Amino acid sequence: MSTKTIAAPLPGTFYRRPAPEEPPFKNEGDPVAAGEQVGLIEVMKTFTAVLAEEAGHIRRFLVENEAPVMAGEPLYELEI
Amino acid sequence: MRKLFIANRGEIAVRIIRAARELGIRTVQAVSAADREMLAARLADEVFEVGPAPAAKSYLDREALVRAAVASGADAVHPGYGFLAENATFAEAVERAGLVFVGPRPETIRLMGDKARAREFAAAAGVPIVPGGGGSLEINELLGCARAIGFPLMIKAAAGGGGRGIRIASNAEVLQRLIAEAQSEAKAAFGDGAIYLERFLPRARHIEVQVLGDGERAVHLFERECSLQRRRQKLWEEAPAAFLTSAQRDALCDSAVRLAAAMGYRGAGTLEYLLDEERGEYFFIEMNTRIQVEHPVTEMVTGLDLVREMLGVAAGRPLGLRQGEITLRGHAIECRINAEDPERGFLPAPGVVHAVIVPGGPGVRFDSMLYPGCAVPPFYDSLLGKLVVWDETRAQALARLRRALAELCIDGIRTTIPAHRILAAHPDVARQAVHTRWIETWLAGNPFANTGAEAEC
Repeated sequence: MSTKTIAAPLPGTFYRRPAPEEPPFKNEGDPVAAGEQVGLIEVMKTFTAVLAEEAGHIRRFLVENEAPVMAGEPLYELEI
Repeated sequence: MRKLFIANRGEIAVRIIRAARELGIRTVQAVSAADREMLAARLADEVFEVGPAPAAKSYLDREALVRAAVASGADAVHPGYGFLAENATFAEAVERAGLVFVGPRPETIRLMGDKARAREFAAAAGVPIVPGGGGSLEINELLGCARAIGFPLMIKAAAGGGGRGIRIASNAEVLQRLIAEAQSEAKAAFGDGAIYLERFLPRARHIEVQVLGDGERAVHLFERECSLQRRRQKLWEEAPAAFLTSAQRDALCDSAVRLAAAMGYRGAGTLEYLLDEERGEYFFIEMNTRIQVEHPVTEMVTGLDLVREMLGVAAGRPLGLRQGEITLRGHAIECRINAEDPERGFLPAPGVVHAVIVPGGPGVRFDSMLYPGCAVPPFYDSLLGKLVVWDETRAQALARLRRALAELCIDGIRTTIPAHRILAAHPDVARQAVHTRWIETWLAGNPFANTGAEAEC
């Protein structure tokens, strides 16, 4: 098993939940399939889904919910 | 008013600082952690950091902003547009802290923010609203109602919202069939089969009237046309709406003053209308209780400074302007320059601006947040600035706009400039043959397929 660091595809505000009152898309330790949604990035009022590029387990998020993120900045660690 | 706190960012913050400085008012600029180097922060007398980059924790944080305004020693707060500009709770918090809110009274913001109440209030003041009615289950009652409203009609679930399940009927026969469909669908979706009918305007134009009030008296500064919109976001605005007859213009502007006077309006505000060009009828849709992005086109054709007037009224001075002294001269056009790539579906395009060439010469104004090397953060609206031109006639203003757009160059990020260059040369725009859904039809024709010169910086 190896750990891979996944970078943010876009700059903006990172959201781990679809809406403030809803549970997160993924918790740390959760399995994730390729193409599954792990978060949202808001760029200039436009929301873009962050999809897992490959399957594995989410080890931990490196950016907090509703925190700013730059393109290419480490977003989460994936165990594959 | 001695010191003004600006609870906004970008180009409108720059605009407010300019007006304040000319009046001898000191300025305190609110900034998020991402905006310490923005143009407004460089121009203001003082800068106050209110929170981290995301707007929810800075420019939308009411408590942090009021705390900062008080701590900075400001005696007034200008909310700009967007963010908390139409938030009655924020206006109340500012007033409770003993500061002046540069805008209408909180109860006015609340009244106009409730679209159903605003519609009733307008109707009571004798301002035409989109004909509608129903809320009934009884078919004969609905058909009678439809005859009074006129066709084509929009059929909605009375309990619904957000455009869901809307049907269009062009005659009574179709209406009868669609009502049955809509009723069973509404019953299933909302547990209530009541139907609401409203006149459908297939080719409406967006017209809006600028008003100013001091709480006692109100005046209008004529109208603007903003029919060129993409997904309800205005791209291009003009003043006046050149196709209106002077009788239509008078009736429209008088209705806006009636509404503003009925609520004892204070500050700058805009009443938005839909105009059915075929029938020459106009209908009030909503009021924006703040300064608007496109206010410069009104300033260009009236020679007045709207932000200065707002500050004067907020400082407690009665409006100095008389309706008869406000005159309309020439024609003005504004293009919104956004950090968006029109060739890729208007995708947001934040980044760093390398070089900027700003057009000048007679009748050209550029209100922006740009300077060479400035950052355009991804956290906020994409508006970078507004290119505004004025000339004696609309045709001359269009020629001047084409010249100014050819000069304007923003290097480093993608912008809406190429889209504006094509629009400024489009025959439909030249003959004013546009409506609120014109842009969508135009974009469906892939207007960027053969661009050469338009796309060059």
